[in-house]
Amino acid sequence: MDSEITLRVDGRRETLSVDTRTTLLDALRERLGVTSPKKGCDHGQCGACTVLLDGRRATSCLTFAVANEHSEVVTAEGLAEKDEPHPVQQALLDNDGFQCGYCTPGQVCSAVGMLDEVKSGWPSYVTDDLEEPVELDEDEIRERMSGNLCRCGAYANIVTAIREAAE
Amino acid sequence: MKPFDYQRATDADSAIATVSRDPEARYIGGGTNLVDHMKLGVTQPGKLVDITRLPYDSVESLPDGRVRIGATVRNSDLAAEPVIRQRYPLLAQALLSGASGQLRNLATTGGNLLQRTRCPYFQDVTTPCNKREPGSGCSALEGWNRHHAVLGASERCVATHPSDMAVALAALDADVLVEGPDGQRTVPVTELHRLPGDEPEQDTVLRHGELVTAVELPPLPFAVRSRYRKVRDRASYAFALVSVAAAVEVSDGAITEARIAFGGLAHKPWRATAAERALHGAPATEETFRAAADAELAEAETLRDNEFKIPMTRNTLAAVLRELTQQEGS
Repeated sequence: MDSEITLRVDGRRETLSVDTRTTLLDALRERLGVTSPKKGCDHGQCGACTVLLDGRRATSCLTFAVANEHSEVVTAEGLAEKDEPHPVQQALLDNDGFQCGYCTPGQVCSAVGMLDEVKSGWPSYVTDDLEEPVELDEDEIRERMSGNLCRCGAYANIVTAIREAAE
Repeated sequence: MKPFDYQRATDADSAIATVSRDPEARYIGGGTNLVDHMKLGVTQPGKLVDITRLPYDSVESLPDGRVRIGATVRNSDLAAEPVIRQRYPLLAQALLSGASGQLRNLATTGGNLLQRTRCPYFQDVTTPCNKREPGSGCSALEGWNRHHAVLGASERCVATHPSDMAVALAALDADVLVEGPDGQRTVPVTELHRLPGDEPEQDTVLRHGELVTAVELPPLPFAVRSRYRKVRDRASYAFALVSVAAAVEVSDGAITEARIAFGGLAHKPWRATAAERALHGAPATEETFRAAADAELAEAETLRDNEFKIPMTRNTLAAVLRELTQQEGS
């Protein structure tokens, strides 16, 4: 069963007809050619498909495209300003925050969303005092980024890069 | 995946009417569990009614001191809500211990309550499972059952309920507001989920077409001193082996109020009334904490791989109560 939807993807307005079974991830990759969100597990367990959905990080594999009518989607591709990488992207480059790079676009979107959450004062499970401002130390970054797996194990440098980008 | 019709609900009455008259129709919220189940073939709805744009997306402090949480409030928003962080820290902690940041941004309050077990046999359509296919058998009974129930299980099903949020809500005596084709009703959260018995396919007491619209928290002033602690196979982003939600009040070294619930032990969030009775009026000591755990676990029955849950529950409860009562004394 097909349904017509309109989305904004990395600043472009896109109208397309999708089978209701199409996930947002598949619509981006297979229909719109936006391949920076990656299909890792396709079950919400790895974070490789993370995009910013109406400004918040979300796993695009666990939401149907049809449920996101009029949504604003920003992928890792859309974060760069022309040839200038986003500060989180630059920090990952500067700190060797990846090896094969497959999880990286998801890590980038997740980190950008996460830093906004910290700015909004959201606590995490490792935040001692739920009413005090958050201090983004290594434990906080590791907890907040736990939804993004890196099978190369580049975590140490990902944490360093995010700390740098947060400054 | 089976083809399905998708409708975006604009008002609750028509959504309820649509789902009630179609046995193949289902509500969808954030979709983090349902979409996965549709991919896996665990469930095959013919119609989805999306309720995320219904006006149930706010948290309100009511004049009588209660707090009403709309069913479509996202888990991340609820955990960040000042009134929850101040008055019900165990609930904020439980939410923050669940899933990952990107999943909490999608997942809703109602959907979190109604998520289904992560038993691997339930999710694997090639294996027998009484919950997925009544009468087919339980693969976990003699299979891999490290994550399975030690309290309230049956020969038909040893699955556990995966929600952290619901464990905190059980400790708080929250109410679930439900609307159905025959009007509204209120279900205490401790009575929302069922034990498996002979019908493990029924997770809850909700009837087809009924819609969770809100959750209400009672005032419960002593919950300002409360804690949710979760023990799991890795430090983050995993389901509980054992979890403890607790709120206590201490006066002159004795426990005057206690609310305790366990996660990871049963087919439902487990309100530990026997442990609470053992704590009431008793001195806030290590012996009391361990005796309270033992009182609750007296009826526990373990499986091949999950005996460790008994000492783990005892130790976790004692650790949480020690922390809460030391805070109180200082």
